[in-house]
Amino acid sequence: MFQAIDQIFVNLLRGFLGHLPEPIRPWAGLVISLGAILGTFGLLFGLTTVCERKAIARMQNRLGPNRVGPYGFLQFIADGIKSLTKEDIVPRSADKVVHFIAPLALLVPVVLTYLVLPFGRNMVVLDLDAGLLFYFAAGASTELAVFMAGWSSRNKYSLLGAMRAIAQMLSYELPFILSTIGVVMVTGSLSTVRIVEAQGPGDGWLAHWNVFTPWGFAAFFLFLIAAFAEANRSPFDLPEGESEIVAGYFLEYSGFKFALFFMAEYLGMFSSSALAVTLFLGGWTAPVSFLGFVPSWLWFFLKLGVLMALFIWVRGTTPRLRMDQLMDFAWKFMLPLALFLIPVVVLWDRVGRGWVGWVLCGPIVAAAYVWLGRALVGRRRIQLRTYRYASG
Amino acid sequence: MLGSGIIKGLAETGRNFVGSYFDPERMTTVEYPEQRLAPKENTRQFPFLVFDGEAALAGLRCVACQICEKECPPQCIYIEKSREKKPDHLGKPQFHPAIFDIDISVCMSCQICVEVCPFDAIKMDTEFELSTSDRFGGLLMHKDLLARPNSHFLKVHPTDAGVIDARRAEERARLEAKARLDSEAKAKEAPPAA
Amino acid sequence: MSPMIYFLSGVTLASAVAAMTLRNPVHCALALVVTFTGLAGIYLGLGAQFLGLAQVVVYVGAVAILLLFVLLVTRSGEAGDGDRERDRVAERSWWGWLIALLVGAVLAVGAWSAGQLPQRAAPPELPGVRDIGEALMTDFAMPLQVVGLLLTAAMIGGAIIALREDRMRVAAEREGRR
Repeated sequence: MFQAIDQIFVNLLRGFLGHLPEPIRPWAGLVISLGAILGTFGLLFGLTTVCERKAIARMQNRLGPNRVGPYGFLQFIADGIKSLTKEDIVPRSADKVVHFIAPLALLVPVVLTYLVLPFGRNMVVLDLDAGLLFYFAAGASTELAVFMAGWSSRNKYSLLGAMRAIAQMLSYELPFILSTIGVVMVTGSLSTVRIVEAQGPGDGWLAHWNVFTPWGFAAFFLFLIAAFAEANRSPFDLPEGESEIVAGYFLEYSGFKFALFFMAEYLGMFSSSALAVTLFLGGWTAPVSFLGFVPSWLWFFLKLGVLMALFIWVRGTTPRLRMDQLMDFAWKFMLPLALFLIPVVVLWDRVGRGWVGWVLCGPIVAAAYVWLGRALVGRRRIQLRTYRYASG
Repeated sequence: MLGSGIIKGLAETGRNFVGSYFDPERMTTVEYPEQRLAPKENTRQFPFLVFDGEAALAGLRCVACQICEKECPPQCIYIEKSREKKPDHLGKPQFHPAIFDIDISVCMSCQICVEVCPFDAIKMDTEFELSTSDRFGGLLMHKDLLARPNSHFLKVHPTDAGVIDARRAEERARLEAKARLDSEAKAKEAPPAA
Repeated sequence: MSPMIYFLSGVTLASAVAAMTLRNPVHCALALVVTFTGLAGIYLGLGAQFLGLAQVVVYVGAVAILLLFVLLVTRSGEAGDGDRERDRVAERSWWGWLIALLVGAVLAVGAWSAGQLPQRAAPPELPGVRDIGEALMTDFAMPLQVVGLLLTAAMIGGAIIALREDRMRVAAEREGRR
């Protein structure tokens, strides 16, 4: 019974594919899975925008959208219709072709990243040997789309926004990738499916989620912060700072193309959250073995929902960073800490991953955190600011 | 330590989030079409013309003296005098406006017309739901649209209207008393012919 | 898989030609990105997962961005800086032809001799990521270290060049201000 509910989507797909002729089965499976992923996460995108607006409103003691549908939850449909029917404006001097391709070039890699994410037991589209590498390869091409959008608009603000976005994404890509290396080392595989299976409860009753290790805890937060920056979310939303560069690289986009950018941003946020769930929060595994009867996909989306709530909460809390603070944080704090975690993982593995590991690795990670944190913010002298060009 | 600030911030927004569901004091939003704030006496939107009695155009207090037209800073009032006079509430023959237009797209709700009017004929309305479905509709208001009974004035600005009504009643009473005195004196001066 | 390979080869070649012939340098760089991606697709089609994905990470994710940055930072104007530069390039184009001829000759010889080689049976299973990783960490550990050292040296060198220029400019400005 539980087994049937757990595998319901897998069996549905398999049953449907059984009616198709043999040669087109893999392709049909791919297309149907992609359709399902786009549908699910498209709906999730809409609901998240509404929830985000409502939650942030509540944090500011406002009401938020509450007019369209029950409690305003159909607001995203109204917004979608508005976006679709809006006039699509292309600036006269814009590079028309690149301007047109940019939103697609952003959306396609983001959608590709979903192919290697396991949403439940046996629910992964491509179980690649190098799944994690596939994720990072697809994610790396989004920067190019941002550049295309900013450059083709022929607008100074757009170009500035694109430059900021690329500088930020390149800087945070390093801790983003380096923080996952510990997981890969412990699991001994780049396959996302293996990584999730390795975190399952196994024979014991408690799951071995990577976040419940000293290095995993630190790496999880490093990964999450880098994911915030990759998604251009507050506090790392310099690329679209309204007060100084209007809207950043998608300034010259309107209507449907803007909706595509918006959607790509949220889908990217979902996919990096989903990767965080996969790598650190045990993917679709239950935290304790007696909760194993709950369908695996439900666990996955539950954890995803928790991370999305965290994203929204942080957005409602933090102001925007300054450019030098942004770069300092990436290069002087996150990168050294991520590199430092690699030998810690080796130590953890050598001493047997048990309480001895906790006793040894825990203080080391904490000390590294405190020391790097002090080096980043502690020794700042307040002095008169000098300008190279403005004074004199 | 690094990170303590953000935890404090998260706690603050978290408290706001939870509090907004349990503490009605926090939520100051008034959901407008369904909920409304109690009307305030001193609000003002656009002017209206006060009339006495039942017939709107016959009972206008306005005597077309055109002071408001001249004083109006954005010049949104247009008045044309009538040719004939008719008695006002004191029985004095006065002109009345043949045309009285206010362009409320120009009006800036400054209330200067109200302050200069010696006849208490123009007052500020509190009506603000004036939107129409077409762009230019309802912007130029003629005197039939501007006219509102004194009871309306009493409703929107009760203090102000009460003072004015008392004064007008007093003037009228004084006039009537004087008329009575006059007629009595006349009667005394010229005793009825024997 | 064969039609897919032909399609990818066609895309790769067409975009490579576009990268050489388009007027706008940014368009050329973007066409080059398509070439890189097509190449990665061919690798993936041949079953070389690690190579294909690393190609995307390194070339599309890093090298292409670097190219675009260089284009934007060094060029002041937009497309084509006028006829003079083009003439100057055209004068020396025979160098390009010579290099192209040489590369083509090497490739032709290689392709011809590949036919002559004794046919070996393909390994029963394609090497996966794990095999590549093990090979890099055991047999090829030394070359990997050397390459790493080279790249680090290049990076430090780049930083030093940038630093010195900056210092010199600041010094020159101080001189000028006095």
